[in-house]
Amino acid sequence: MEMSLELSVPPRAEYIAVVRLVVSSLAIARRALADDRIDDLKLAVSEACTNAIEANRGTGGDAPVVVSCWEAPERFEVCVADSGLGFDPEGLPAHPPVTDPDRLNFERGLGIPLIRSLVDDVRFDSGPEGTAVWMTLFGGPEQESGDETSEILRVVISEQD
Amino acid sequence: MNSGGKVHMELGLQVDDSRSPYTVLAVKGEVDVYSAPRLREKLVELVSEGHRQIVADLEGVDFLDSTGLGVLVGGLKRLRSHDGDLTLVCTQPRILKVFEITGLTTVFRISGSVDEATGGN
Repeated sequence: MEMSLELSVPPRAEYIAVVRLVVSSLAIARRALADDRIDDLKLAVSEACTNAIEANRGTGGDAPVVVSCWEAPERFEVCVADSGLGFDPEGLPAHPPVTDPDRLNFERGLGIPLIRSLVDDVRFDSGPEGTAVWMTLFGGPEQESGDETSEILRVVISEQD
Repeated sequence: MNSGGKVHMELGLQVDDSRSPYTVLAVKGEVDVYSAPRLREKLVELVSEGHRQIVADLEGVDFLDSTGLGVLVGGLKRLRSHDGDLTLVCTQPRILKVFEITGLTTVFRISGSVDEATGGN
Protein backbone atom coordinates (compact mmCIF):
# COMPACT_ATOMS: atom_id res chain seq x y z
CA MET A 1 0.00 0.00 0.00
CA GLU A 2 1.27 3.42 -0.91
CA MET A 3 0.72 6.69 0.89
CA SER A 4 -0.61 9.30 -1.49
CA LEU A 5 -1.32 12.20 0.82
CA GLU A 6 -0.52 13.47 4.28
CA LEU A 7 -2.22 16.45 5.83
CA SER A 8 -1.39 18.02 9.14
CA VAL A 9 -4.05 20.39 10.45
CA PRO A 10 -4.41 22.43 13.63
CA PRO A 11 -6.85 20.89 16.14
CA ARG A 12 -9.63 23.30 15.30
CA ALA A 13 -13.12 22.51 14.08
CA GLU A 14 -12.93 24.91 11.12
CA TYR A 15 -10.30 22.67 9.48
CA ILE A 16 -12.51 19.59 9.28
CA ALA A 17 -14.26 20.94 6.17
CA VAL A 18 -10.85 21.30 4.51
CA VAL A 19 -9.87 17.72 5.35
CA ARG A 20 -13.21 16.46 4.03
CA LEU A 21 -12.75 18.36 0.81
CA VAL A 22 -9.13 17.29 0.21
CA VAL A 23 -9.61 13.59 1.04
CA SER A 24 -12.79 13.25 -1.01
CA SER A 25 -11.22 15.15 -3.92
CA LEU A 26 -8.29 12.73 -3.92
CA ALA A 27 -10.60 9.71 -3.91
CA ILE A 28 -12.61 11.21 -6.78
CA ALA A 29 -9.53 12.18 -8.80
CA ARG A 30 -8.05 8.70 -8.45
CA ARG A 31 -11.42 7.08 -9.19
CA ALA A 32 -10.71 5.10 -6.05
CA LEU A 33 -14.32 4.66 -5.01
CA ALA A 34 -17.80 4.55 -6.47
CA ASP A 35 -19.67 7.86 -6.25
CA ASP A 36 -22.00 6.82 -3.45
CA ARG A 37 -19.06 5.75 -1.31
CA ILE A 38 -17.53 9.22 -1.50
CA ASP A 39 -20.28 10.45 0.86
CA ASP A 40 -19.49 7.59 3.25
CA LEU A 41 -15.81 8.52 3.11
CA LYS A 42 -16.51 12.21 3.78
CA LEU A 43 -18.68 11.49 6.78
CA ALA A 44 -16.36 8.85 8.28
CA VAL A 45 -13.31 11.12 7.90
CA SER A 46 -15.23 14.00 9.40
CA GLU A 47 -16.30 11.96 12.43
CA ALA A 48 -12.75 10.70 13.00
CA CYS A 49 -11.38 14.27 12.75
CA THR A 50 -14.00 15.57 15.18
CA ASN A 51 -12.87 12.96 17.74
CA ALA A 52 -9.18 13.58 17.03
CA ILE A 53 -9.53 17.32 17.54
CA GLU A 54 -11.36 16.78 20.79
CA ALA A 55 -8.66 14.32 21.92
CA ASN A 56 -5.83 16.74 21.15
CA ARG A 57 -7.57 19.62 22.84
CA GLY A 58 -8.17 17.37 25.84
CA THR A 59 -4.43 17.36 26.46
CA GLY A 60 -4.43 21.16 26.59
CA GLY A 61 -1.92 21.28 23.75
CA ASP A 62 -2.11 22.40 20.16
CA ALA A 63 -0.70 19.26 18.50
CA PRO A 64 -1.89 18.83 14.92
CA VAL A 65 -4.21 16.11 13.69
CA VAL A 66 -2.49 14.09 10.98
CA VAL A 67 -4.57 12.63 8.18
CA SER A 68 -2.99 10.27 5.66
CA CYS A 69 -4.47 8.52 2.64
CA TRP A 70 -3.20 5.19 1.40
CA GLU A 71 -4.01 3.55 -1.89
CA ALA A 72 -3.83 0.03 -3.18
CA PRO A 73 -5.72 -1.66 -5.99
CA GLU A 74 -9.41 -1.69 -5.11
CA ARG A 75 -8.97 -0.15 -1.68
CA PHE A 76 -8.66 3.32 -0.24
CA GLU A 77 -7.47 3.73 3.30
CA VAL A 78 -7.48 6.83 5.50
CA CYS A 79 -5.72 7.19 8.81
CA VAL A 80 -6.65 9.97 11.25
CA ALA A 81 -4.12 10.28 14.06
CA ASP A 82 -4.20 12.39 17.21
CA SER A 83 -1.87 12.83 20.18
CA GLY A 84 -4.58 12.55 22.80
CA LEU A 85 -4.76 10.31 25.83
CA GLY A 86 -6.27 7.34 24.02
CA PHE A 87 -9.52 5.48 24.69
CA ASP A 88 -10.96 2.01 24.67
CA PRO A 89 -13.10 1.67 21.52
CA GLU A 90 -14.77 -1.43 22.99
CA GLY A 91 -15.64 0.35 26.22
CA LEU A 92 -18.07 2.86 24.74
CA PRO A 93 -21.52 2.95 26.33
CA ALA A 94 -24.22 1.35 24.22
CA HIS A 95 -27.11 3.53 23.17
CA PRO A 96 -30.59 2.50 24.28
CA PRO A 97 -32.80 1.22 21.45
CA VAL A 98 -34.43 3.97 19.43
CA THR A 99 -37.86 3.05 20.79
CA ASP A 100 -36.67 3.80 24.34
CA PRO A 101 -37.61 7.33 25.51
CA ASP A 102 -34.11 7.55 27.04
CA ARG A 103 -32.69 7.44 23.53
CA LEU A 104 -33.21 11.20 23.34
CA ASN A 105 -30.69 11.66 26.14
CA PHE A 106 -27.92 10.53 23.82
CA GLU A 107 -26.98 13.56 21.81
CA ARG A 108 -23.36 12.54 21.60
CA GLY A 109 -21.39 9.38 21.02
CA LEU A 110 -22.82 8.67 17.58
CA GLY A 111 -19.51 9.26 15.81
CA ILE A 112 -17.84 5.89 16.27
CA PRO A 113 -20.99 3.83 15.56
CA LEU A 114 -21.37 5.93 12.40
CA ILE A 115 -17.78 5.26 11.32
CA ARG A 116 -18.30 1.53 11.89
CA SER A 117 -21.41 1.58 9.68
CA LEU A 118 -19.93 3.69 6.90
CA VAL A 119 -16.60 2.06 6.15
CA ASP A 120 -15.79 -1.54 5.24
CA ASP A 121 -13.16 -1.93 7.91
CA VAL A 122 -12.03 0.19 10.84
CA ARG A 123 -9.19 -0.30 13.28
CA PHE A 124 -8.43 1.79 16.35
CA ASP A 125 -4.81 1.83 17.49
CA SER A 126 -5.12 3.65 20.77
CA GLY A 127 -2.71 4.17 23.60
CA PRO A 128 -1.50 6.87 25.98
CA GLU A 129 0.47 8.48 23.12
CA GLY A 130 -2.59 8.95 20.96
CA THR A 131 -5.08 7.24 18.72
CA ALA A 132 -4.89 6.32 15.06
CA VAL A 133 -8.15 5.43 13.35
CA TRP A 134 -7.60 3.37 10.21
CA MET A 135 -10.59 3.30 7.89
CA THR A 136 -10.73 1.16 4.77
CA LEU A 137 -13.17 1.39 1.91
CA PHE A 138 -13.07 -1.26 -0.78
CA GLY A 139 -13.87 -1.01 -4.42
CA GLY A 140 -13.17 1.14 -7.43
CA PRO A 141 -15.71 3.19 -9.34
CA GLU A 142 -18.75 1.41 -10.68
CA GLN A 143 -17.86 -0.63 -13.73
CA GLU A 144 -19.53 0.08 -17.04
CA SER A 145 -19.22 -3.53 -18.10
CA GLY A 146 -22.51 -4.42 -16.43
CA ASP A 147 -20.77 -6.84 -14.09
CA GLU A 148 -23.37 -7.73 -11.48
CA THR A 149 -20.77 -8.58 -8.86
CA SER A 150 -19.78 -5.42 -7.06
CA GLU A 151 -16.17 -4.52 -6.56
CA ILE A 152 -16.68 -4.78 -2.82
CA LEU A 153 -18.12 -8.26 -3.02
CA ARG A 154 -15.31 -9.42 -5.29
CA VAL A 155 -12.67 -8.17 -2.85
CA VAL A 156 -14.44 -9.82 0.07
CA ILE A 157 -14.71 -13.09 -1.80
CA SER A 158 -11.08 -13.00 -2.90
CA GLU A 159 -9.95 -12.30 0.66
CA GLN A 160 -11.74 -15.37 1.93
CA ASP A 161 -9.90 -17.66 -0.47
CA MET B 1 -16.68 32.27 1.92
CA ASN B 2 -13.13 33.39 2.18
CA SER B 3 -11.59 35.88 4.55
CA GLY B 4 -7.94 36.16 5.37
CA GLY B 5 -7.19 32.91 3.57
CA LYS B 6 -9.27 30.80 5.96
CA VAL B 7 -12.04 28.53 4.84
CA HIS B 8 -15.27 29.56 6.49
CA MET B 9 -18.40 27.55 6.27
CA GLU B 10 -21.39 29.73 6.79
CA LEU B 11 -24.53 27.99 7.81
CA GLY B 12 -27.66 29.50 6.32
CA LEU B 13 -30.49 29.71 8.86
CA GLN B 14 -33.69 31.31 7.63
CA VAL B 15 -36.86 31.51 9.72
CA ASP B 16 -40.33 31.65 8.16
CA ASP B 17 -43.14 32.08 10.69
CA SER B 18 -45.87 32.78 8.15
CA ARG B 19 -47.25 29.22 8.41
CA SER B 20 -48.76 29.40 11.89
CA PRO B 21 -48.70 27.37 14.07
CA TYR B 22 -45.57 26.12 12.33
CA THR B 23 -42.23 27.84 12.22
CA VAL B 24 -40.04 26.77 9.33
CA LEU B 25 -36.27 26.90 9.82
CA ALA B 26 -34.50 26.45 6.49
CA VAL B 27 -30.95 25.18 7.03
CA LYS B 28 -28.38 25.61 4.26
CA GLY B 29 -24.80 24.43 4.02
CA GLU B 30 -22.69 21.92 5.91
CA VAL B 31 -23.59 20.98 9.46
CA ASP B 32 -20.58 19.71 11.37
CA VAL B 33 -18.86 20.33 14.70
CA TYR B 34 -17.82 23.79 13.49
CA SER B 35 -21.21 25.02 12.32
CA ALA B 36 -23.61 22.98 14.50
CA PRO B 37 -23.41 25.36 17.51
CA ARG B 38 -25.14 28.03 15.41
CA LEU B 39 -27.96 25.64 14.62
CA ARG B 40 -28.25 24.78 18.31
CA GLU B 41 -28.37 28.48 19.26
CA LYS B 42 -31.08 29.15 16.69
CA LEU B 43 -33.24 26.27 17.92
CA VAL B 44 -32.81 27.36 21.55
CA GLU B 45 -33.69 30.93 20.56
CA LEU B 46 -36.83 29.85 18.71
CA VAL B 47 -38.04 27.72 21.62
CA SER B 48 -37.37 30.51 24.11
CA GLU B 49 -39.38 32.87 21.87
CA GLY B 50 -42.32 30.52 22.22
CA HIS B 51 -42.17 28.63 18.91
CA ARG B 52 -43.41 25.10 19.57
CA GLN B 53 -43.99 23.45 16.19
CA ILE B 54 -40.71 23.77 14.37
CA VAL B 55 -40.08 22.36 10.92
CA ALA B 56 -36.38 22.09 10.07
CA ASP B 57 -36.05 22.14 6.30
CA LEU B 58 -32.85 20.21 5.53
CA GLU B 59 -33.19 20.27 1.74
CA GLY B 60 -30.37 22.80 1.48
CA VAL B 61 -28.01 20.79 3.69
CA ASP B 62 -25.01 19.39 1.80
CA PHE B 63 -23.46 17.55 4.69
CA LEU B 64 -24.64 16.47 8.15
CA ASP B 65 -22.53 14.70 10.75
CA SER B 66 -23.17 13.26 14.21
CA THR B 67 -22.82 16.68 15.84
CA GLY B 68 -25.64 17.93 13.62
CA LEU B 69 -27.71 14.88 14.53
CA GLY B 70 -27.03 15.59 18.20
CA VAL B 71 -28.24 19.17 17.84
CA LEU B 72 -31.45 18.03 16.13
CA VAL B 73 -32.04 15.39 18.84
CA GLY B 74 -31.44 18.10 21.48
CA GLY B 75 -33.93 20.38 19.71
CA LEU B 76 -36.53 17.62 19.57
CA LYS B 77 -36.08 16.88 23.26
CA ARG B 78 -36.36 20.55 24.16
CA LEU B 79 -39.52 20.99 22.10
CA ARG B 80 -41.18 17.83 23.40
CA SER B 81 -40.58 18.98 26.96
CA HIS B 82 -42.64 22.07 26.00
CA ASP B 83 -45.36 19.96 24.32
CA GLY B 84 -44.00 20.89 20.94
CA ASP B 85 -42.37 18.97 18.13
CA LEU B 86 -39.55 19.16 15.63
CA THR B 87 -40.33 17.84 12.17
CA LEU B 88 -37.66 17.42 9.52
CA VAL B 89 -38.00 17.97 5.78
CA CYS B 90 -35.52 15.83 3.92
CA THR B 91 -35.55 13.90 0.66
CA GLN B 92 -31.82 13.77 -0.10
CA PRO B 93 -30.63 10.15 0.08
CA ARG B 94 -27.18 11.12 1.38
CA ILE B 95 -28.70 12.97 4.36
CA LEU B 96 -31.51 10.46 4.96
CA LYS B 97 -28.91 7.71 5.11
CA VAL B 98 -27.35 9.31 8.21
CA PHE B 99 -30.71 9.21 10.00
CA GLU B 100 -31.33 5.67 8.83
CA ILE B 101 -28.07 4.14 10.00
CA THR B 102 -28.37 5.79 13.40
CA GLY B 103 -31.98 4.63 13.77
CA LEU B 104 -33.20 8.21 14.12
CA THR B 105 -35.79 7.87 11.34
CA THR B 106 -38.01 6.32 13.99
CA VAL B 107 -37.46 9.20 16.41
CA PHE B 108 -38.18 12.10 14.05
CA ARG B 109 -41.14 12.74 11.81
CA ILE B 110 -39.52 13.20 8.40
CA SER B 111 -41.55 14.84 5.63
CA GLY B 112 -41.01 15.09 1.90
CA SER B 113 -41.77 18.81 1.69
CA VAL B 114 -42.39 21.87 3.82
CA ASP B 115 -46.02 21.89 2.61
CA GLU B 116 -46.50 18.31 3.77
CA ALA B 117 -44.85 19.06 7.13
CA THR B 118 -47.07 22.08 7.74
CA GLY B 119 -50.24 20.34 6.65
CA GLY B 120 -50.61 22.40 3.47
CA ASN B 121 -50.74 21.26 -0.12
